[in-house]
Amino acid sequence: MELVEAIILSVLAASTPLLIAATGELVTERSGVLNLGVEGMMIMGAACGFAGAWLTGSILIGALCGIAAGTLMSLVFALMALGLAVNQVATGLALTILGIGLSGLIGAGFVGERITPAAHLYIPGLTDIPLIGHVPFGEDAFVYLSLALIVGVWWFLYRTRPGLILRACGDNHVSAHALGYPVLRIRTLAAMFGGACAGLAGAYLPLAYTPFFIPGMTAGRGWIALALVVFSSWRPGRLVVGAYLFGAVTILQLHAQGWGVGIPSQFMSALPYLATVIVLVLLSRARTGGSTAPAALGTVFVPDR
Amino acid sequence: MRKTLLALAAGLLLAGSVGAASAADKLKVGFIYLGPIGDLGWTYQHELARQALVKELGDKIETTYLENVPEGPDAERAIEQLARAGNKLIFTTSFGYMDPTLKVAKRYPNVHFEHATGYKRDKNMSTYSAKWYQGRYIQGLIAAKMSKSGVLGYIGSFPIPEVVSGINATMLAAQTINPNIKVKIIWANTWFDPGKEADAAKALIDQGADIIMQHTDSPAAMQIASERGKLAFGQDSEMIKFGPKTQLTSILDTWGPYYIARVKAELDGTWKSEDSWGGLDSHMFAMAPYTNMPDDVKKMAEDAQAAITAGKLHPFKCPVVGQDGKAVECKGGDHLDDGQILGMNFYVKGIDDKLPGK
Repeated sequence: MELVEAIILSVLAASTPLLIAATGELVTERSGVLNLGVEGMMIMGAACGFAGAWLTGSILIGALCGIAAGTLMSLVFALMALGLAVNQVATGLALTILGIGLSGLIGAGFVGERITPAAHLYIPGLTDIPLIGHVPFGEDAFVYLSLALIVGVWWFLYRTRPGLILRACGDNHVSAHALGYPVLRIRTLAAMFGGACAGLAGAYLPLAYTPFFIPGMTAGRGWIALALVVFSSWRPGRLVVGAYLFGAVTILQLHAQGWGVGIPSQFMSALPYLATVIVLVLLSRARTGGSTAPAALGTVFVPDR
Repeated sequence: MRKTLLALAAGLLLAGSVGAASAADKLKVGFIYLGPIGDLGWTYQHELARQALVKELGDKIETTYLENVPEGPDAERAIEQLARAGNKLIFTTSFGYMDPTLKVAKRYPNVHFEHATGYKRDKNMSTYSAKWYQGRYIQGLIAAKMSKSGVLGYIGSFPIPEVVSGINATMLAAQTINPNIKVKIIWANTWFDPGKEADAAKALIDQGADIIMQHTDSPAAMQIASERGKLAFGQDSEMIKFGPKTQLTSILDTWGPYYIARVKAELDGTWKSEDSWGGLDSHMFAMAPYTNMPDDVKKMAEDAQAAITAGKLHPFKCPVVGQDGKAVECKGGDHLDDGQILGMNFYVKGIDDKLPGK
């Protein structure tokens, strides 16, 4: 049973960066903006987050640096893709390339350094409960934050007027514009939120997951977050399912290898992708038919004045 | 995914990252690196060797390196770029550069090429690699002595002969100390993904392993072992900083002496195409100091290292028994020959796991 608890803890740690980054991208895409630069914003968040934490000794400041780096990157994206109406796909890809290069440069001086990772919550009595204590009461702050974030985003999108306006921009920017909403400003804010989340998700890696910085340490997690948004059909609830499912299968396949179940490891490595895609596709077919992609996703909007 | 990204990134960076080369009469030596020089692992060790080379022969040579060059068509362009820039000796430092190097070598017969860890050669293209399995054997001895649970945790990258021979050497050594030793193997199916390597290390420890061995590149596993109070071995480079009370030793790639020797040969005009597969005796790699172990274990490790270096001890001494219980054909006299080790695709007896793809 201790093993079960250990596995759940590993799953939560592996899923958290995906969930945070995907939450941000979900909001961005719901406003009609397709930012493929998540990986680049994440790795910048990782480099700057580690730098901040190493220089100040504070995980909180590190996390804030990560958020700032991601937000700055998304502003570069917004300037190009929204301000100058450049193709969003190309801009996003360029952002990733820029992020990978720039983070290597920023992080170069910090390679080989280590920090004390983010502390885990400890409530005397509660955390100590065998088997069920650590999972709800013994996580690091990022895990709780990621859950608060996705609940907040769900509430914002479906229960508030600004959320409705944001979705309107994503579904039909011409109508939203005609109604007098500042489409580009709303989209810029949404993109900035996406950047902030990606930066935080990236910072999670060197601040809590593996407390050191190495160039390229995000290793494709930004792309997985992007895919999760699509397969969740842009719904926060399914996003949580997708992120945790992906993390769970990733960890379980490692354990299965250790137990020696005899399935080729190459297949096991592919399993998280397969399982997540299949489950999310089934989910979206069962409840609603067809795609729920924001109708104006990725399209350029130039307001007529 | 990461590879594709790097391909994109490298394509962009290629033009920018070529170091300047100007002086006329100096011998120009070029290097192609797979990762960033700050990867703390494979590429970093090649870069250290280049720096040693510059320190030794800096007045006679001029070096250029290209980093983050992905394996594949981009590599060919990068290698050709170095050849065209007037480099007379070019080191291509990853297995996947094999065919690109060969192609460029055919187009530039007057340039000499050195390819790491490959098996294709030409009259102007040498290969070089190291017998890391020797180091793995020493690690196996230490692991068996230091393990309390009798379960070793092994993180593999890909099930290729180099990695498989490392696992076998580890187990053959460990069995001489503890015939019932177990190994749990987890394939990460990547050389580099710190998060995944950390997850694999956690899984192994959660399943009872108390010694973590890795054949992946980042120090993540070392750090997890350190957090959990277990012991571990580093990989490629010195990782003791990530586990001061954890690292037992690490196999260090030390290409410096080889690079210096080959450049000297080039300067003297005696360079010729060769296949160098060096072990401890030729200083192709070294063992990091033996730490966090009692003196008798340390002495045993040092003795084994001395015996292997002197050629008195061979990790794959016959009979080598496979999982099917049959002894493997002994082609090298009293030990397996190089070809058998370079193409190793079976597990030895005592590993309760199936080799992927078998």
